[in-house]
Amino acid sequence: MKFTDVISPFLAWSRAAKKVDTIPYPNQQNPGADRYRGFHINDTSKCIGCGRCEVICENKAIDMVKVDGVEPTKGDSGLRPKVDYGRCCWCALCIDVCSTGSLSLTNKYSWVTENPDTCVYTPGVDQKAWDSEEKGFRQENDVLGWAGSPREQMEIETPEKRIENFDEVVKGYTVDQAMEEAARCIQCGLCISACPAHMHIPDYLKAIAEGRFVDAVKLFYDNNPLPEMCGKVCTRECETVCAMGYQGESIAIRWLKRFACEQFESLADVLALEAQPGEPNGKKVAVVGAGPSGLSAAYYLSRKGYEVHVYDRLEKGGGVSWYAIPEYRLPADGITKQMEVFEQTGVIFNYGRDITAELLADMENRFDAVYLAVGLQKPSDARIKGEDIPEVKPAFDFLMNSPDKGEMLTGKKVIVIGGGNVAMDTARTCVRLGADVVLSYRRRVQDMPADDEEIHEAMEETIDFRPKTIPIRIERTESGIRYLYHEAKMVDNPKGGRPLPKPKDDVEHAVDADILFSAIGQTSDIEFIPESMQKEMKLKWGRIIVNDNQYTGYKNFFAGGDITPGEGDAITAIADGLRAVKGIIDRLK
Amino acid sequence: MGVNPATDPKKTTHLFFGPQHPGVTGNMSIEMWFDGDQITKAITHVGYLHRGFEKLMEKRLWIQNFPLVCRICVPEPDINEECYALAIEELTGIEVPERAKWIRTLVLELARFAVNLMAFGGQAGTLGLGTAAMWGITFRDFVLDLFEELTGARIYHIYIQPGGVRRDLPPGFENRIEEVLTKIEERLPELDRLVLNNAIFKLRTQNVGVVKPEWIKEYGLVGPVARGSGSVRDVRKDAPYEIYNKLDFDVVTETGNDIYARALVRRREIDLSISLIRQILSGMPEGPVATKLPNLTEWRVPAGEYYSRVESSRGEYGYYVVSDGSLKPRRVHVRGPSYVHAVPLLERMLVGANIADVSNIMVSLTTCPPEIER
Repeated sequence: MKFTDVISPFLAWSRAAKKVDTIPYPNQQNPGADRYRGFHINDTSKCIGCGRCEVICENKAIDMVKVDGVEPTKGDSGLRPKVDYGRCCWCALCIDVCSTGSLSLTNKYSWVTENPDTCVYTPGVDQKAWDSEEKGFRQENDVLGWAGSPREQMEIETPEKRIENFDEVVKGYTVDQAMEEAARCIQCGLCISACPAHMHIPDYLKAIAEGRFVDAVKLFYDNNPLPEMCGKVCTRECETVCAMGYQGESIAIRWLKRFACEQFESLADVLALEAQPGEPNGKKVAVVGAGPSGLSAAYYLSRKGYEVHVYDRLEKGGGVSWYAIPEYRLPADGITKQMEVFEQTGVIFNYGRDITAELLADMENRFDAVYLAVGLQKPSDARIKGEDIPEVKPAFDFLMNSPDKGEMLTGKKVIVIGGGNVAMDTARTCVRLGADVVLSYRRRVQDMPADDEEIHEAMEETIDFRPKTIPIRIERTESGIRYLYHEAKMVDNPKGGRPLPKPKDDVEHAVDADILFSAIGQTSDIEFIPESMQKEMKLKWGRIIVNDNQYTGYKNFFAGGDITPGEGDAITAIADGLRAVKGIIDRLK
Repeated sequence: MGVNPATDPKKTTHLFFGPQHPGVTGNMSIEMWFDGDQITKAITHVGYLHRGFEKLMEKRLWIQNFPLVCRICVPEPDINEECYALAIEELTGIEVPERAKWIRTLVLELARFAVNLMAFGGQAGTLGLGTAAMWGITFRDFVLDLFEELTGARIYHIYIQPGGVRRDLPPGFENRIEEVLTKIEERLPELDRLVLNNAIFKLRTQNVGVVKPEWIKEYGLVGPVARGSGSVRDVRKDAPYEIYNKLDFDVVTETGNDIYARALVRRREIDLSISLIRQILSGMPEGPVATKLPNLTEWRVPAGEYYSRVESSRGEYGYYVVSDGSLKPRRVHVRGPSYVHAVPLLERMLVGANIADVSNIMVSLTTCPPEIER
């Protein structure tokens, strides 16, 4: 103890003359820091209502609610987060996991209100003083990566190797890769509404993530009897709305479906279906066309106890989507594997039967209902001068006749006109057969209706892409044919929609070739339907117009797939089949 | 049956000290019997604060526990986040980027700095030296401003995450830390004059609340309580985590055994923290601050168990985490030093002490009830 110890505490008085550190609230209020975690704001136009914030909130402070003015659409649940500030602990996990980055916290932390009910509000919908506040806790996905992650990469054959044969281009996931990829799913379920067949996507992704592959396959068959095909060539609308795609890459839903099917030698063994579940109900249904739509209807009708007869002009089931899609995208053994399931169900197949007016009239008498799923058989006319030259061929017919087993085109020059999947398939098939391929398309590459993946892979495979080329005519030359075209410039479409191609100048460009495939689409051929029947049905541009249950309006006739207007892809055709089943059951009650 | 003289109702007074008492650290109470003003027996009671942290953690996703664990310790939340994150990283094998390790150490040291400022002033506060307590809290507030800027919150930072930290340092943040350090450093001598060089403080703390060196092993004492009695135990030195092995420092130790010695340890810890923060700022590498985590709602931590430990402002602080490979922890056990400091040690130290010294002794042990009842 020293004497100074008695004196020195009094020196504290020197502080009395100095500036105080305390903030004189409320006359002075400190704003929150730039990163402060205060009240929520939500950009409701950016929000897709995936509900990830609701799931991550450990205090259950967030509820997804329907708000006025936001309607549910494909890829948007129409719900928006409502925050209860009696429960919120401002941890901001909701901000860091927000899949679109629409949700943020402001640096406002002080709010006095007489009405406690207003402390539960929907940010972005209920007006608050801090709605336009720019400072606060914002998502930094580049730092954390919680809101979106990259896709598990699948091994793909190099372009140099894959043009040498018809082996599958994508090699499929390994078990570990698939489980990792499936575990990326946040179970928001936005994909379900985007899928025409409304498959149980989150459920089967969860099953795959947990290694329950049998469960996954059973879930596929709940509303899609052709999962392996869809796992390889589906247009995958589910992936376009995937919440993970906004700040990362969408889940590889299609590849995972393929993966689960590939885990089994036999899908029939996995499902172990009884030939006739329950009592047969004594009703008979004819299905015309053994493509995806017809097969779906047949499968689910037979599950409900109907006696189903399927008719097809080809010698095997599967329709054009199987025959016309080349081996490197959809190998034949997968088709056989899936057809076994149909045989197990007890569906009676009548192959090699030309569909005629007589057959249809006979069906009308013998069956309780008929489902027309004949698809589109006739290649569209290219409407180019010179398309009647024999070297000018429809691409569709070429693909249907197993080109991989046909003659080689080594050294030949091939021109393909079109920008859809058929054009890509034709061009890539010809490359594999040894030809030099030029692909001509009227519009830009981004306007092509083919899958992005297909376009990208085709570009890698030495195919000479000539977008913005307008065909003029095809001429005969001594050694083959000459294709003439104008280069195009894109002009705005006065009616809206995609820009239109117009000739840039009068210069005629020419390409010499041996064969030209036109791949500008297929049209329907409904000559087999008797005129009396056609009169009762509503037709538009050769397609049959149906109601929500695929009913044609004529007796007990239903139609679906490409013969009805729609997206024209396999999964839509399958969805049509599912709706027709409902329609037929309702009508035959 | 003879009557226990320590609790003889004819000779002793029986009273509860706390839980509503400004001199108690947190929500706990001490049941006391005293003869005159000398305590004859004391029993620590907890249970006023039980929020079931450990049980709650078994019901939540791994990531959802971060907003929860920080609430186990209000003045120093980051040690909880650090322990829990270390355990998850050990179980999953997730690597932490180098810069993130430096930032974590910075955060942990800033938190220790803030706690010691408050605890040092608070020690004087228990003796009625309110000015010192207020100054300590003011200094801590300057540090909280830094936390607000860095993490978005003053108290519950929720900043340390498995695989790194949640955000990078804001631009110019290093300069702001340096400004705060300089400001506090300039004013610390004033606090010293008010506390350490104060006759009242010395009279009330020297040779009061003695922790005998042999008790350290007997009770398993850690932190400033042990270091005030000659121990040189410090997890930062003994089992370095993050980047403590890259920093140059000596373990602070005093041999006075009394409250004054423990206050002196805290005061020197403040200087040590300032030195460590400066070292961290000068050596901070560039690079990413977080490793990408898997989908948080489907995140399964591989089965296993791990005991992670760090040096908190109160001593060794650990988490025992068990995973059964599912989406949620199977068991999380929080082991804080207050368990021994506030129950057996405090009960023993209070016997023979003056009533007026109860909170004085209690605060010198920096007991924290949430560590006892998790």
